[in-house]
Amino acid sequence: MAQAELATSVAIVPAPARRSALMRQRIRSAWLFLTPMLIVLVAVAGWPLLRTIYFGFTNTSLVDFDNHQWIGFANYLRVIKLPSGRTLYSGLLVDPLWWRSVGNTVRFSIISVFFETIFGLVVALVLNAEFKGRGIVRAAILVPWAIPTIVSAKMWSWMLNDQFGIINVVLLALGIIHEKVAWTASADTAMTAVLIVDIWKTTPFMTLLILAGLQMIPTDIYEAAKIDGVSPLKVFWKVTLPLVRPALMVAVIFRLLDALRIFDLIYVLTPNNAQTKSMSVFAKENLFDFDKFAYGSAASTLLFLILAFITILYLWLGRVNLEGGR
Amino acid sequence: MTAAKLVRGALFYLLVAVIVFISVFPFYYAIITSLKTGTALFGTDLWPKMASFTNYVLVFSSGSFPRNLLNSLFISATVVVLSLLLGITAAYALARVAFRGRKVILFAILSVSMFPQLAVLAGLFELIRATHLINTPFALIFSYMIFTLPFTVWVLTTFVRDLPIEIEEAAIVDGATPWNIIIKVFMPLMWPALVTTGLLAFIGAWNEFLFALTFTSNNDERTVPVAIALLGGASDFEIPWGQIMAASVIVTVPLVVLVLIFQRKIISGLTAGGVKG
Repeated sequence: MAQAELATSVAIVPAPARRSALMRQRIRSAWLFLTPMLIVLVAVAGWPLLRTIYFGFTNTSLVDFDNHQWIGFANYLRVIKLPSGRTLYSGLLVDPLWWRSVGNTVRFSIISVFFETIFGLVVALVLNAEFKGRGIVRAAILVPWAIPTIVSAKMWSWMLNDQFGIINVVLLALGIIHEKVAWTASADTAMTAVLIVDIWKTTPFMTLLILAGLQMIPTDIYEAAKIDGVSPLKVFWKVTLPLVRPALMVAVIFRLLDALRIFDLIYVLTPNNAQTKSMSVFAKENLFDFDKFAYGSAASTLLFLILAFITILYLWLGRVNLEGGR
Repeated sequence: MTAAKLVRGALFYLLVAVIVFISVFPFYYAIITSLKTGTALFGTDLWPKMASFTNYVLVFSSGSFPRNLLNSLFISATVVVLSLLLGITAAYALARVAFRGRKVILFAILSVSMFPQLAVLAGLFELIRATHLINTPFALIFSYMIFTLPFTVWVLTTFVRDLPIEIEEAAIVDGATPWNIIIKVFMPLMWPALVTTGLLAFIGAWNEFLFALTFTSNNDERTVPVAIALLGGASDFEIPWGQIMAASVIVTVPLVVLVLIFQRKIISGLTAGGVKG
């Protein structure tokens, strides 16, 4: 049908007008093609986000879901003046548990991204060199990335098991520890356990992004440096690092955004541990486990605002090309 | 000079060996554990004295694991088909037609790909509850679009943009409609990109945990990540580690095989789209 329409318009209309008719038709079909995708995106992202923000200003609970009132900023901050003259503060902004989860998340994100960047850089440099067996190494580092997060959490919680875990057995045999450590349960080591598993799981992703950056560096720069007799360490600091920096920055911010919303690993590896509870875990627990749906929505909103801020920073730093692609 | 070179070479290969060992050992150990039963489970042998498939038989014969596997398969496959279908038409429009509002749409797509899942969890719950989709696979298929769709559209748009314009012009001259151009001209050229994005969408849907945990509440409707996370015993000593590891191996082996087969495509897809890990 549309084909016939196009054919007639081509036949009848004179040249310049024909071109714009074709253009109009293309634009019309472009919107037709875009509409289903846009409807889905609005339904699955836009609308739910607005509702989450809205719930944050209400007293919604799971028990009586449809019956809720607008309570303004009370979930965030509520100031109560007692008759005795004392003032009480309540709400998310003064909730020590929330701030603790913010602290945990920030600490986790900075430490994990720091180590992932260093290890990712090392592995990427190794993979950027020519050597026998490079294909095997590249395949091997994809394994942690391919394993589902829940599975890696379970695998590692078995290896980190206090009684039967292989890590305690090896560390005891080597004399590094003198008694079995309850890695995932103890308050001192839970965060370390989460960090170990996360770094293990996401270094490959970092490696691939950095490797892509390394491979864009023209090889004649290295050849020139070699002829001039520049030491490899100096080449790394003066040539490789500055040139790979844009790719590195994008990778770091990408990982940072991902680390700040961490949920799965912490929820499964160290359940109910105050030392590792992240913002996402805090929000999820309030929403569905503690029956404080509105409070959880408020926490989700704050999490969104923090990530939106960093995303804007990323778009600005990464100078993302909105023509599609980077 | 040559001695120094030899030492440097040896150190390099030592580093390579360490990288490979750290990457692969945990999964190797999971496989070994899944083949142990009884008291052997609580030893740390790196090679099972008696390999037994009891754990695999148990996982498949008791509980709802086979059902969970089917759920995951159905949900992930549907998510891939839907996001590719929506993605390819949108990508054509975004890459090939200059219309007002295109930049705004690309910006919106990029923003959605940065959304934390938690930001939409409460609103999605309301929506899914109101439409009575709770405890159905459709709740998950719908909600997974939030992370597969932006990525698919973004990567496919990049890909379509790089296809030579002459092919399309020839088709227009022949009187092909945009729909025919997509189906007959672009689809055959886009197989590599479709395989890559489809595979990454599949992995994303297969591994998803938070939505699956929230929107399903009975064992038969769960997907495998949630089923594995909830496999437990009455006490710490009764946790069926052998079965957990067997289930883990079952859900991971297909992924590892796919990733290794398509590793070049996946690496290019990951770095082009900058998808989350």
